[in-house]
Amino acid sequence: MGFASKVWAIVAKDLSAELHTREMVSAMLVFAAIALLVFSFALDLQGRTARAAAPGVLWATVAFAGTLGLSRSLAREQNNGCMDGLLLAPVDRSAIFFGKALGNLIFIGVVELALLPLCAALFEAPLLQPQVLLVVVLGTVGYAGAGTLLAAVAVNTRAREVLLPVLLLPLVVPALIAAVKATSWLLDGGTLAEVTGWLNLLIAYDLVMLAVSMLTFEYAVSE
Amino acid sequence: MTLSRDRLGLALIIASAVLLPLAVLMAFYYAPRELTMGDVQRIFYFHVPAAWVGFFAFFVTFVASIAYLVRGERRWDIVALSSAEVGLTFITAAVVTGSLWARPVWGTYWTWEPRLTISAVQLLVYIAYVMLRAAAENPAQSARFSAVYGIVAFVTVPLSWFAIRWWRTIHPDIITGGDSAGLEPRMVQTLMFSLLTFTVFYFAILRQRVRLEVTRDRVLQLRETIDSLSRG
Repeated sequence: MGFASKVWAIVAKDLSAELHTREMVSAMLVFAAIALLVFSFALDLQGRTARAAAPGVLWATVAFAGTLGLSRSLAREQNNGCMDGLLLAPVDRSAIFFGKALGNLIFIGVVELALLPLCAALFEAPLLQPQVLLVVVLGTVGYAGAGTLLAAVAVNTRAREVLLPVLLLPLVVPALIAAVKATSWLLDGGTLAEVTGWLNLLIAYDLVMLAVSMLTFEYAVSE
Repeated sequence: MTLSRDRLGLALIIASAVLLPLAVLMAFYYAPRELTMGDVQRIFYFHVPAAWVGFFAFFVTFVASIAYLVRGERRWDIVALSSAEVGLTFITAAVVTGSLWARPVWGTYWTWEPRLTISAVQLLVYIAYVMLRAAAENPAQSARFSAVYGIVAFVTVPLSWFAIRWWRTIHPDIITGGDSAGLEPRMVQTLMFSLLTFTVFYFAILRQRVRLEVTRDRVLQLRETIDSLSRG
């Protein structure tokens, strides 16, 4: 079995578990929709100002809803000793990390697909364009990578789900700033060439986070 | 490290006791009064070294965290923990003195200026680090998890630096910027002396914090021995 098929086996396991219960994605979706409505209601903006607020609202919602799914994803492994089973399997720890991270990326991605049209409608912002989707993908990769590592850490502590946002959110500040800035440029009619700097920063963040998470993941899960 | 005699620790404390009052005297009497900002500029001689020590302390935590994961020795975990706590104290001091300076000079206590933003992020990150230590179920896990976090946290610093610099690019660049030519030699000397003083002070506190943790380990060890003896 090659590395990729090991990773895919873990992703497939997570996908089928989620298809059975639908508890994780549905909770994230409902939370994200509520958060968007609360933002829209609390800010009460129209026209240009609504469009200016949209990128910040979108990314804040993704960041908050993401922590829900991330902690659920690792808690599911922890319950009933599933994590021990994974660790006993003859695969590299990095394959487990990439499998879990890719699964989380897919779940957050599904939520984002529903979030984008809703946010576009509520904030009158043209979010549904390929360039914005690229920024969304780049921003989510690093978030899912770092989030998977820290969720593995948090799930083994006494504070559990409470600790994950405290650990994760300050670390995703650079990615959030870059993603918000790139998204607002694109909404203001900017081209991809104009946001190359922010995209490069997002790519650098993704690569650094994935590399460091892959290297340290075994210390986060081993007993 | 033995707990009986600590010559280095004592030397660091004595050095700090001599240097700190000198640095205060220099900041208030040796350094000239700044023309536009007035006396409030003197905060600078405490604020900049506090920020420097804070970031340096987090760097020490980063290096000690790597050493712990590679070697698995408890002493590296102690250094990482101690340095993070000392760093938090200094970064807090830097943020507070910075706000006090900013109020009269910029007209506001807080603005999302790059240096402030990154200090605030660092403060949150290392508060999270300390919370993580407290929440782990056992000492070995606490050491391993916080080493992982100490590494991941520190690699985001350069990335945050870029993000924040591009995001808001209004900042006074006193050391590296073009303004340094306008800084009086006495001001530079005072700042350098203060930087040296705070660095020595950092090592003095770090040494004592490390000794405290070593002592705590010894006490726990002795307690276990007593427990096992009394259980017979």
